[in-house]
Amino acid sequence: MFGLHYRLEKHGLALVLGIIFVAAIGGLVEIAPLFTIDETVEDAPDMRLYTPLEVAGRNIYIREGCYACHSQMIRTLRDEVERYGPYSLAVESKYDHPMQWGSKRTGPDLARIGGKYSDEWQVAHLINPRAVVSQSIMPSYRFLASTALRTDDLGLHLKALSRVGVPYTQEMVTNATADAIAQASADGGEGLTTRYGTATQARVFDGNPGQVTEMDALVAYLQILGRLTNAAHANSQPPEE
Amino acid sequence: MVAQLTSVERQFALLVLGLLSLCGLVMAAAANDDLFALHGGLVLVFAVGLGFLVLSGLDAPEPSSSRFSEYYDDPSRVAIVLTMGWAVFGLAVGDWVAWMLAYPDLTFDAAWASFGRIRPIHTTAVIFGFGGNALIATSYHVVQRTCRTRLAGQFSPWFVLLGYNLFCLLSVTGYPLGITQSKEYAEPEWYVDLWLCVVWITYLVLYIRTLARRREPHIYVANWYYLAFIIVVAMLHIVNNIAVPVAWNHSRAYSAFGGVQDAMTQWWYGHNAVAFFLTAGFLGMMYYYLPVRAQRPIFSYRMSIISFWGITFMYMWAGSHHLHYTALPHWVQTLGMTFSLILLVPSWGSAANALLTLNGAWHRVRDDATLRFMMVAAIFYGLTTFEGSFMAIRAVNSLSHYTDWTVGHVHAGALGWVALISFGALYSLVPSLWGRERMHSAWAVEAHFWLALAGTLIYVFAMWNSGVIQGLMWRTYDPGGTLAYSFIDTVVAMHPYYIARAIGGALFLAGAAIGAWNVWMTIRGPAAASQAAGDDRPLTVLAGE
Repeated sequence: MFGLHYRLEKHGLALVLGIIFVAAIGGLVEIAPLFTIDETVEDAPDMRLYTPLEVAGRNIYIREGCYACHSQMIRTLRDEVERYGPYSLAVESKYDHPMQWGSKRTGPDLARIGGKYSDEWQVAHLINPRAVVSQSIMPSYRFLASTALRTDDLGLHLKALSRVGVPYTQEMVTNATADAIAQASADGGEGLTTRYGTATQARVFDGNPGQVTEMDALVAYLQILGRLTNAAHANSQPPEE
Repeated sequence: MVAQLTSVERQFALLVLGLLSLCGLVMAAAANDDLFALHGGLVLVFAVGLGFLVLSGLDAPEPSSSRFSEYYDDPSRVAIVLTMGWAVFGLAVGDWVAWMLAYPDLTFDAAWASFGRIRPIHTTAVIFGFGGNALIATSYHVVQRTCRTRLAGQFSPWFVLLGYNLFCLLSVTGYPLGITQSKEYAEPEWYVDLWLCVVWITYLVLYIRTLARRREPHIYVANWYYLAFIIVVAMLHIVNNIAVPVAWNHSRAYSAFGGVQDAMTQWWYGHNAVAFFLTAGFLGMMYYYLPVRAQRPIFSYRMSIISFWGITFMYMWAGSHHLHYTALPHWVQTLGMTFSLILLVPSWGSAANALLTLNGAWHRVRDDATLRFMMVAAIFYGLTTFEGSFMAIRAVNSLSHYTDWTVGHVHAGALGWVALISFGALYSLVPSLWGRERMHSAWAVEAHFWLALAGTLIYVFAMWNSGVIQGLMWRTYDPGGTLAYSFIDTVVAMHPYYIARAIGGALFLAGAAIGAWNVWMTIRGPAAASQAAGDDRPLTVLAGE
């Protein structure tokens, strides 16, 4: 064995190839099957797509680095299920490019935050977290309420997402900007619900009907978290102790 | 700098910088979003600035051919200065975010200054800025000495060093503006990733070409580690960052992977960024500077071989232990745990190898703070790899994951292992590279050592406490069978530990600042009376190169 190594350490290129070969095995064995085995991601026929406004909100979530403090992954542990709701299934983050599972909970998990609080609570919390949770250490995101949302490039965003496998249709791409504006207004729009389903929530999320702001988008995203599919609620397996 | 380049190399440098300026100009002028334009402007300023530097030296006389009888250390010197600069900057930002968690109003209500935008500045500045520059500086130095040959080329070492720092600069300026793809330790967006790819492949080619010119039959141990570091980081970086940009002139892109596949790819990357950037690279540093400083041969050559291949093979399996109890298939989680446990063997192999090398040199450890930096680093390496294997166990992970225990663990590694071995290596490298007898102030090295050790210990103990307390509070039930604590209760319980952590960080920062001062004073100080260049030169002069 050391004889073989004696030769290896005298040939630079052999060493390079050896390192590449040895290092490639683990990743190939663990990652490649995830793309082929059907069991990796469950079926969820009722799975919805993120609307353009929710995509914009998700991008704000990413931009602000929310994942640094909030996970979006309820583990199969009894206390987590009791605290946050049914544990997360793979299918729920199927359309998340990239995923936001996180690795640290300085704040609580957000995988099922959608619908848990009112829009007013979310807005008040983002403007000043300590106004609603007096001991919170979250920074305030006051500026979201006064920053207009950029909507003109949403079609490009949906197009890019469809290239990585999210099934947005050409029609959705074409109407992305209009759909985002429609969802942030009180009456919504017929096109929006035909394209994204009748369960789509359309309203003035930030309480300010004059303008579509980043606050509208982020709250719309937070309110859909955990509600793209009901598969997790229908799942009957008990969590681990 | 420029005077060392031949006139052909100077012209080539101008050409490359011209192309880079053009790139920046196009980015700025045709951008679809403002952030992309800003970064284009930054690229332009960077390239034009360097262009002026090259132009100012364009007419300097050709370097004499006697340079081939010397090692090429200019890039290492610049890299060392950059290393210390990034260290102080990155640690300062880190301490700032630590205080922010204790006193959240330190964000001043500014968008750019919130925790989520500042934290990646800290991680990138210390990991890639400080760590990366230290690795480039020492790898250039080590590969030349152990191969008894000059670096293969004079232009590409500069391209790698300065290009890499442009990558760091684009990254840390991007986060406060809101440019991030939100993959932990891989936050830079697609165009910055592409640039790093070019720089890194150049680094690999430079390294392989230098190895090919060696005047020694064997490739020295340290070079295996540096080589594995360069190769595997390239593999990780390329796979993890495959993404589709919104438009060629838009700062945002979408990862090719989604959901569970993305999670696995990300932690395959993230865990092995630790393995190959923060471990293999620095082991290369340790395997060269520790024996040299201790004036002892490495304890066991066979142990080095087993350790090296063990780490290279097994680390790549271990990433999935970051995803215990998640939606990742169970079999992958279990595989990750298994390999994380076996990984303890090669890790402790290297740690033991280092400490056993010191056997017989303990009096030097006592008297020489520089060697003590390296010894304590090896101890922390052993402790952290043990803790890492322990935390990969499913049951332990269910408690530690998502809490500050993980933060404490990575900082035991980052401060105790990575930073201490780097400071040790730099303190032995700086006097020899600048031809000084010793560091400007031995007392300052000593002070740095104790500040760094105290800071690390305070930090790690604070995080162990807060992590375990938080993990236990989350799962505590009252006698009635309901959860005993709300989430905010656990946040409140963390407060004293967050203050302690910030104090520990401040001590560590103070040490690094003293170190930076000491390095600077050494550089500015007088040259040693007798310049014993002696045998610190390439073995054979290669005519006509």
